[in-house]
Amino acid sequence: MSQNPEKMDIILCGVGGQGVLSLAAILSRAAQIEGLHVRQSEVHGMAQRGGAVLAHFRMSAETIPGDLIPRGGADMILSMEPLEALRYTDYLKPEGVIVTSRESFKNITQYPEEEGILKALADLDAKVVPAKELARKAGAPRGVNMVMVGAASTQFFLPSGKSLLSGDSLQAANQVLFAPKGEAVVTANQQALLAGAQAADGGAEASLGDQDD
Amino acid sequence: MNEMMLLGDEAVAQGAIDGGITSAYGYPGTPSTEIMEYLIQQREVQGKPLAHWCSNEKTAYEEALGASLSGRRVLITMKHVGLNVAADAFMNSALLDIKGGLVLAIADDPGMHSSQNEQDSRHYADMARIPCLEPENQQEAYELTRLAFDLSEKLHVPVMVRLLTRLSHARASVKTREKRSENPMKKADDRTGWMLLPALARRRWDSLIERQPVMVQALNEAAVNRLSSAKGAFGVIAAGIAGNYYEENRPDVENQRGKVPFLHVRAYPVDQEALERFLAPLTEVVVLEDGQPHIEKMLKGWLSRRLQEKTGITIKGRMDGTLPASGELNPDNVRLALGLSARAGREAYHGELPPRPPQLCRGCPHEDTYQVIKEAAAAFGQSVITSDIGCYALGALPPLAVPESIVCMGASVGMAKGAAEAGLKPAVGVIGDSTFLHSGIPALVDAVSCGTPMTLVILDNATVAMTGGQPTMVPSSRLAKIVEGIGVEPDHLHVLEAHRREHETNKTILLQEMKYEGVSVIITVRECLETLRKRKKMGGAS
Repeated sequence: MSQNPEKMDIILCGVGGQGVLSLAAILSRAAQIEGLHVRQSEVHGMAQRGGAVLAHFRMSAETIPGDLIPRGGADMILSMEPLEALRYTDYLKPEGVIVTSRESFKNITQYPEEEGILKALADLDAKVVPAKELARKAGAPRGVNMVMVGAASTQFFLPSGKSLLSGDSLQAANQVLFAPKGEAVVTANQQALLAGAQAADGGAEASLGDQDD
Repeated sequence: MNEMMLLGDEAVAQGAIDGGITSAYGYPGTPSTEIMEYLIQQREVQGKPLAHWCSNEKTAYEEALGASLSGRRVLITMKHVGLNVAADAFMNSALLDIKGGLVLAIADDPGMHSSQNEQDSRHYADMARIPCLEPENQQEAYELTRLAFDLSEKLHVPVMVRLLTRLSHARASVKTREKRSENPMKKADDRTGWMLLPALARRRWDSLIERQPVMVQALNEAAVNRLSSAKGAFGVIAAGIAGNYYEENRPDVENQRGKVPFLHVRAYPVDQEALERFLAPLTEVVVLEDGQPHIEKMLKGWLSRRLQEKTGITIKGRMDGTLPASGELNPDNVRLALGLSARAGREAYHGELPPRPPQLCRGCPHEDTYQVIKEAAAAFGQSVITSDIGCYALGALPPLAVPESIVCMGASVGMAKGAAEAGLKPAVGVIGDSTFLHSGIPALVDAVSCGTPMTLVILDNATVAMTGGQPTMVPSSRLAKIVEGIGVEPDHLHVLEAHRREHETNKTILLQEMKYEGVSVIITVRECLETLRKRKKMGGAS
């Protein structure tokens, strides 16, 4: 049991260009709305060019010691890509969770068999979310990141049962960040957040079972 | 008072604005780029401060010296290896009689996330004998940048603010304070402080050495370094952001050992007497510093013999393997260095996990040019392709795998010349438009003066792509004129389109020029896809 449970350390990952930083941006804004301290690392330069991207996101009711999450200390891996979700498992606490998008991003020749990846994720009790499809169904084809944030939001509960980051704060962050792009974008994102949350609540198996391919 | 979520880089920029700068100069380079980007954005909104990208770090530094000579406060930004380019100006500027605050923000990149080496800029500050401040977090990046300007004017020297990738590129909340007004324009009244003729320079150098204790005193008065006293024979010294990693592990350290004496260094030159006092009761000290061993080396150099004999103190750090000799610090290797066992977490995944290195964007013009070079080179039994720093370095990876050398900004030109003159030819240098303007031009002047048989391919994508699409200093339309002006024969200067459909034409021309026994230059032109996308997006929004 942690001495300071009112905190959450999240490893954000994916492939450069997938919008990993936008995950960080919305989580960060929502955490600020909740009045939490935030430390959020970003990746710039060479790694943005289609390479594996790793960012650290930390939120806490108390002061946060640094920008990096220790290995064995992360509460969650939130990944935009299934293979990338497996790259950082040693960052997780024993009770840490993986939430990842199901759709693979194949920009390398030696990409492994998808079945093996999904099996490994299932063995790790990962929440595997068909985010691209859910985003499309929600009328937000560009809101894959929002689906993933929605899915992650079902895992923000503290041992006390309280959610560190409420759905309301995420919706408020969406409003603040995307209002300049128009009401249609805000509404689409709202739907995407909800779709992600529902899928994750249904459990990994359920969301996998819904796949018809 | 205002509160903002800022990157470490942006906190430096805001600190400089609130510290009253009139101007700022720099050259883009990860992880320093966002300092100037922030300032340029501010300039676009507020009209000030004056903020400009420059051709290279040396010109940036010299332009800043001009601003300081005018009595104004000025910020210079670059990455660690950029300081090598600016080193001539930098080292000499330490001897000047600075009146208008001159602060250089240098971002180091240990772990080489986006760099060619992991040199530690604190060594440079030490060699120049100027103060260096090393913030621990975003708030300190703001505060210490402001302090750096005050110190620069108080001590009449340039002051370095040393940043690290992890601070430069992480956001946290920063509280800002009231803005100080700019300095009025006031030319330095004594020109002897600005002319480094040997007789004057000797005087300035002596003065700089004499002022070292004054610097230490000023840093002590500013209380930048912090000491947490405690009883006990095991102590910890951390520099800048390494303090974060200590803090991450401190509860576990204290569970084992009780409260530990801790010295957090954020300013150099360090106070040797204070260090001696800190170390005197200890038998073991772990030195945590990101980058190269700087404090540790100093301790082992001038303290160990005396103190180690007297007290038997053991100094642990990067030099004895307590911490890895290369790469970044992080909460994990610091944890082990503090004598703790690794945190029990989930196991690493042991299945198939191929690396996913960065790569050229699909449809990138560089790819088309590399295909041409690859096929042309294959027509010769032997050839050499020297390349340079930028996105096109990614062409080194398969399936392209064209470059055979990548060393430093501009090196492709001189290396192709030297190789050709040593008999390794045909020699083809490959350089981006921005890198060519940065430091490729002088070596092309050399090649023309010698009539060296070599071909230079300039990849003109009309942007500084790798660092996020800053504008190049000279538009594409004028690039060929510069090359021609250097003296490259017009018959051997070609401007081609970097596109798949031009492949055969381009290859024929390159083959022909690779056989030519003199200097030839081929400029392959097509705008960077990212820059094009951004431009269209902005055009569409307005």
